[in-house]
Amino acid sequence: MTTPSRSTTPLLELDRVAKAFGSHVAVEDFSLAVAPGEFISFLGPSGCGKTTTLQMIAGFLAPSRGTIRLEGRDLTQVHPSKRGLGIVFQSYALFPHMTAAENVAFGLEMQRVSRSERTERVRAALAMVGLAGYEDRHPRRMSGGQQQRVALARALVIRPSVLLLDEPLSNLDAKLREEMQIELRQIQRNLGTTTILVTHDQGEALSLSDRIVVMSKGRIEQIGTPQDTYERPASAFAAQFLGKTNDFSARIEGASPARIVAGGWSAPAPVGMRGPVTLSVRPERIGFSEEGLPGRVAARIFQGNHWLFQCETECGPAIVVRPNDGLPQPGEGEAVRLAWRPEDMSLRAGAAA
Amino acid sequence: MSAAATTTLPATPAATAPERRASRAPLWLILPALLLFTGIVLVPLAMTVLLSFHDWGQYKGIEPVLVLKNWHEIATDPYYAEMFGRTLRIALITTVATALLGAPEAYILNRMSGRWRGIFLLLILGPLLISVVARTLGWALLFGGANGLANKLLMSLGLIASPLPFLFTETGVVIALVHVMMPFMVLSVWAALQRLNPQVEHAAMSLGAGPLTILRRIVLPQVMPGVLSGAIIVFSLSASAFATPAIIGGRRLKVAATLAYDEFLNTLNWPLGAAVAVLLLLGLILIVVGANALVERRYAEVSP
Repeated sequence: MTTPSRSTTPLLELDRVAKAFGSHVAVEDFSLAVAPGEFISFLGPSGCGKTTTLQMIAGFLAPSRGTIRLEGRDLTQVHPSKRGLGIVFQSYALFPHMTAAENVAFGLEMQRVSRSERTERVRAALAMVGLAGYEDRHPRRMSGGQQQRVALARALVIRPSVLLLDEPLSNLDAKLREEMQIELRQIQRNLGTTTILVTHDQGEALSLSDRIVVMSKGRIEQIGTPQDTYERPASAFAAQFLGKTNDFSARIEGASPARIVAGGWSAPAPVGMRGPVTLSVRPERIGFSEEGLPGRVAARIFQGNHWLFQCETECGPAIVVRPNDGLPQPGEGEAVRLAWRPEDMSLRAGAAA
Repeated sequence: MSAAATTTLPATPAATAPERRASRAPLWLILPALLLFTGIVLVPLAMTVLLSFHDWGQYKGIEPVLVLKNWHEIATDPYYAEMFGRTLRIALITTVATALLGAPEAYILNRMSGRWRGIFLLLILGPLLISVVARTLGWALLFGGANGLANKLLMSLGLIASPLPFLFTETGVVIALVHVMMPFMVLSVWAALQRLNPQVEHAAMSLGAGPLTILRRIVLPQVMPGVLSGAIIVFSLSASAFATPAIIGGRRLKVAATLAYDEFLNTLNWPLGAAVAVLLLLGLILIVVGANALVERRYAEVSP
């Protein structure tokens, strides 16, 4: 699949958008350009402003500052019913008094699509989400997953310029959620619909998106590809929120060449940093070796395809994840040395909290 | 608890005795209420039905025999047909009027911000705290003859040229009844509105629906069960209302409830009054049960 390149003109543009409720600032200085066909996730904990941002794009909330442009047109004064966006709500928000087919047909009726074309497009949309044969079923008689599919078909059948998904999978159980993730990604790829997903589930954001917008307290912490945001988190928050991470207190010592030292582990230091620093390494990038940061295994937990070690080191507690490759693993209470490659860590000035 | 006992215990033979005791427990538990219900509803009702078949004469009083005289009189004398027709008409018009006024009222109420909603809810429910008699006497004062406030207001607004008769007319009875019954309709519709998922309106909006379309195609069909159950309550209460028709309608404009009252207390013809009351009850049961079945079949997908 082609990754949307930056040179194409953005389909949707948010320019320094902000939203305040009274004195409470929900979203601040939000700027983002979405390329056609891109799948973007807004990722963050509840209350980080991701849903508020989505609602401003949808038009249910008016931004306090900034502009939102769709295909170059200012959306700020456009009523939600005239924006032509497809929205899937967290609660699905199906019309309970209408059958699945009537639900999907509603948007087409509003567009005054002829009856014959409507029937055909509704049939195709329901077939696309795997609900052929459920046309006359009422939402009440459908499972959560099926209702979710009807909601998706209803949003996509109007051929929206942008598809907005507001935590669409959070009400499904884990197994169904995984299936829907794969299906959602396939449908989105096939149709090429520009999509914005709001989620607090990092796994969902990582597996679905072209780019992730990590948000915290109304601000953008980082925008990047899933791999980028995971491997090179721009802030302590981004590192903590996307997967687990280890923060060690380390020091830059000596000069020319300066070295970064964390207990018994050391490596050449990058230029320009001095004094105490915080060193972040992902648990799966740490290995046990002959030399490195000395520690002790406090607990060893078997998790099927991998082992989880909780270690205590002189630079703070550490989590180590090793694949279950059949090789002998250190036991609880054993002294170990932790090591990692310098390119697997990220550094921030100041001591670890 | 009893469900757990019946599902897990039958496997062991020793448990049959406690199980039998457990299955009888509900019977014992409903017994007091059943006795009370029998004593104050079923027995008097059966006695009323029986009474309607008794004979009565000006000088002989009630004779405990079984005759069809009262029923025959009701069935043949056009006076009763007219009176039941009027009762039905008043109840129907009141029901339609409360639905037409109450449903929008509840919708507006539901969209108000918290503080205003509290104030207006109190205004709507407030009348329930005052006796029906007091409220209806208030209407009687407003209507009262050519110099009534209602007529003065309408004339000064230029809406009417000469005073309208309100007292002792069906119009007056309907106006007063609509006021009395409104809280029941508003509460019923409001309960239905509260069950509405607010995101559903947003969903319709995002699909291109304007405010009127949303109201007509999305909100109204979902609120309809609330309107209809409110209508059932208002209809049955209006058809059997006594105080309002008695005060506004007076002695000339009789409805079923006031006629039964007059037969019992003025004419002292208890059997005829009983027949009128029983007929009113039967008619109401038929209409209410029928309407309810209709609502449940039609709106099975919407109502919880």
